[in-house]
Order: sequence, then structure tokens, then C-alpha cells
Amino acid sequence: MGLFGKGSFASIIQRIFGKRHAKIGIYGPPNVGKTTLANRILRDWTGDIMGSVSEVPHETRRAKWKRNVRVENGHSSLMMDIVDTPGIATKVDYKEFMNTFGLSKDEAKQRAKEATEGVIESIRWLEDIDGVVLVMAATQDLFTQVNVTILGNLEARNLPVLIAANKIDAEDASPATLKSAFPQHPVVPISALTGYNAENLYSTMVTHFSKRRKKKRR
Amino acid sequence: MIKKDKGIAFNLVSRQKLGGLSSSDKLRFILNEVQKGKILVLEQGLTSIEQAKLIQQTMKEIEEDTFIGIEMDGYGEDKPSFIQRVFGIMKRPRMTVIGPAHLLKTVHKDNDMIETMIIPGKGVQ
Repeated sequence: MGLFGKGSFASIIQRIFGKRHAKIGIYGPPNVGKTTLANRILRDWTGDIMGSVSEVPHETRRAKWKRNVRVENGHSSLMMDIVDTPGIATKVDYKEFMNTFGLSKDEAKQRAKEATEGVIESIRWLEDIDGVVLVMAATQDLFTQVNVTILGNLEARNLPVLIAANKIDAEDASPATLKSAFPQHPVVPISALTGYNAENLYSTMVTHFSKRRKKKRR
Repeated sequence: MIKKDKGIAFNLVSRQKLGGLSSSDKLRFILNEVQKGKILVLEQGLTSIEQAKLIQQTMKEIEEDTFIGIEMDGYGEDKPSFIQRVFGIMKRPRMTVIGPAHLLKTVHKDNDMIETMIIPGKGVQ
């Protein structure tokens, strides 16, 4: 056993120069699987879960977080605070909750009100995180303004971002398009629901979020 | 929702008009116009930080039956070359369309084309 114990050269470098602790936000539009992914991460590394999931958009309306989640990658690891944020949208219409998902008028109005507050909270959290897992559905349009706005904000703040191309198990998923659409960021195809390719996501999280960067304040 | 007797207004807003406003005045101008039912095409759009602030402000002003939010689409920011950066030219936002979400819908967007439509039944009354 050497000076740094067992491990690859890369893990030794990470121990010396890399970050030990990072606050990681899980971001994205509503209904792309953010909380499903947060649950997957927590279940795999802590045995816990983050919150409930639903096919009705804006199920997560307050940011939830779990401290001190140690994610390992071979001989290196990173301690993370995982923040599951409400979906970011440019519009919230309570009638959609009634007409499409069968909520009562009162439930729909309450959900819409809380959803607007959740969007505000999500954007506010951008000030206080060290990196982002941006969740996109591999089945949906990628260049939505929400995705572009989130990515632009992260780049302006010099925050590392990892794109989780979720729902890769769906029939109409197109992971190749996702990889070519955002060549400047690592893209990991994943199914948060089944756990497919989760190991690859974890190793990318540890290596990508361990790098030290000078965060720009806004 | 705001009903228009004579159709829907499209306003093309020059770079100079928005460039002369502070960031908060810019957002206020845009939201005021959109809440009146107008669709704006900005010659030079908003930075991503301003876009996030516009989304936050929009969420604060959503009203159940009169204003459900905005539809916004623009191209990514122009990235300056090394020489331009040396001369202090930073990223610049590009053309952006913003309208009330009950009127305007984005059909498709890629690096070269933004396709939008007026939601059927919301046009000329």
C-alpha cells in the first residue's frame, strides 16, 4: 500500500486537488423524472428516498434536499448534498390540471399556486449550488427555452453541468440526438425508473463535480 | 384573458429600444406588453440571467384566469471569437419571441428555426 492507499493515479489526484463536498441541484422542466432520479440516487447510496412522484406535472413544489450522500467511483468518492428542485416552467395553468389530470378546481388552483412558488424557488437555488444534473427526457424536444435558459445560467455562473438523458428505456427515446445537441457538456443516457446506466451516471458525477472551478457570483 | 377585437398585435422591438433600458426596466416593459396580449419579437433578446429573472417575475404575476404565463423562444447567445473577447465583446443574446402563453405556442425549435403558432380560437374575436 502506497502513501495514498490503494487506488488509481486519477483517484490520488482527486484526493489531493479535487473537491470533497459539493451541493448538487437536480434541475429540469416538469415531468422529466427529476424526483425519480433523486430517489434512485438516494436509494442506491443511502437506502432512503427523496419524495413522491406523479404523472401530474409539478408534483415537487418545494425544493427537497438530502445532506451528505457519499457517491463512490472506484477508489474515489464525493460527498454531495442532493437538492431536488421543482420543475421550471414559463407558464402554469390550473385548468390543465383539471382538464388533463382530473383534479378538482380547488386542488388545481392550489397546485398551480404552489407550482409558481416552486419555480421561483428553483431559480433562487441557482445562487447556492456547486453543480447541476440537468434532467432532460430523451423522448422530448431538447431545445426548449427552459433547457436553454438553465444551461445559459449555469454557463454564465461557470457551474459544472451534467445532462441526464432520462427515460432512455422509452420506445421513442433518441439518446444520439441528445449527445450531439449539447457537445460542450457530458451527457449520460439513463433510466431513473429502472436504474439502467446509473453506474455510469455516478462515475461521471464524481469525476465531473470533483473538479475545482471558480464560481461566478451574480 | 385579454380579448382583441382586431386581431393580435406583433411588435418588433429594436435593439436600441431595449438596450436603453436597465435590466429591470427591460423585464417590466416586456411583461407589461405581454400582459396586454401582445407578442414581441426582440431584435436582441435577453441574457440567460435576465431570462431566468423574467421567468421568476412571470410566476409572481400569474393570475388564475387572466394571465397563465409566457411563451418565450430565442436562439442561444452569440459566442464571441477570441479576438472579439480581447476587445471586450462578450456574449450577445439573439432574436427572441415572447408572448402570452394562452396565445402563442412553440411548435418546433432547433438551431436554425423557431416555429411558433397562434393557438387556434385565440386570434380574431
